[in-house]
Amino acid sequence: MVEESSIFGKGFTVRGGDFANAGEVSCKVRNILKEIGINSDIIRRVAIVAYEAEMNVVMYAREGTLSFEVTPDRIKLVMEDEGNGIENIELAMQEGYSTATDEIREMGFGAGMGLPNIKKNSDDFKINSIVGKGTRVEVTIST
Amino acid sequence: MKLKELVEKLDLEVKSASGNLETEVTGGYVSDLLSDVMANCKKGDIWVTLQIHPNIAAVGTLKELAGIIINNSREPEEETLKKAEGEALPILISKLPAFELVGRMYELGISGLR
Ligand SMILES: Nc1ncnc2c1ncn2[C@@H]1O[C@H](COP(=O)(O)OP(=O)(O)OP(=O)(O)O)[C@@H](O)[C@H]1O
Ligand SMILES: [Mg+2]
Repeated sequence: MVEESSIFGKGFTVRGGDFANAGEVSCKVRNILKEIGINSDIIRRVAIVAYEAEMNVVMYAREGTLSFEVTPDRIKLVMEDEGNGIENIELAMQEGYSTATDEIREMGFGAGMGLPNIKKNSDDFKINSIVGKGTRVEVTIST
Repeated sequence: MKLKELVEKLDLEVKSASGNLETEVTGGYVSDLLSDVMANCKKGDIWVTLQIHPNIAAVGTLKELAGIIINNSREPEEETLKKAEGEALPILISKLPAFELVGRMYELGISGLR
């Protein structure tokens, strides 16, 4: 996905079920964007998108890759995972809908707010999923 | 109000990033749901929660919060403190239940509305 005009691009692996390290990839992305000197309001939006996408892989998939790319006018984030996929995307996008287990809910996840928040913070949002294979979320934020 | 003053006035126990208490607390938020905090907490807020697992350090860092107060004397996990220390994010403990804690912060001029 790296284009010619790309200033920076990188990919990180996110492991499903790894709650101990959950959130670290998002923190790394944030730190890199800070170093590049991206506007802090933009960084805060990217952080929300990256975190919610990362947590969904930790909670619902086997493994995922978060790649991001910075070009002069936008930041693009792609989270692609191998997992069970989402059967009904329209339902999954509804605020409050969650299939989180009780154990996960006890940790404060499963409010059903992640995907809607990702969308709210995106200028362009695409989600594709194949049941039994995995899910791909692609977000563009204009800078 | 500076975080340091809150620590003194509310008798909070500082568990991490004790060198980073000069931050201005510009608001507050209470929630135990992490995506709710991701959506609604603002930069500079103090976040009151019962959650103690390491993910709260990531949330606090990503949202650039002034700090996190864990209420009801709950002890954060070791790993939570390690992560918070690494990100210079203050984690504090209060003996008070959330209602009382928030009420006292409100009296000190910290608001949940901006
Ligand atoms: N990567 C994914 N793979 C499989 N299912 C997913 C994935 N992401 C989301 N889902 C499904 O979509 C639902 C809604 O996701 P969303 O992120 O909005 O809420 P949540 O993760 O359940 O709760 P929260 O994000 O508030 O902690 C999930 O409960 C899950 O069933
Ligand atoms: Mg989610």
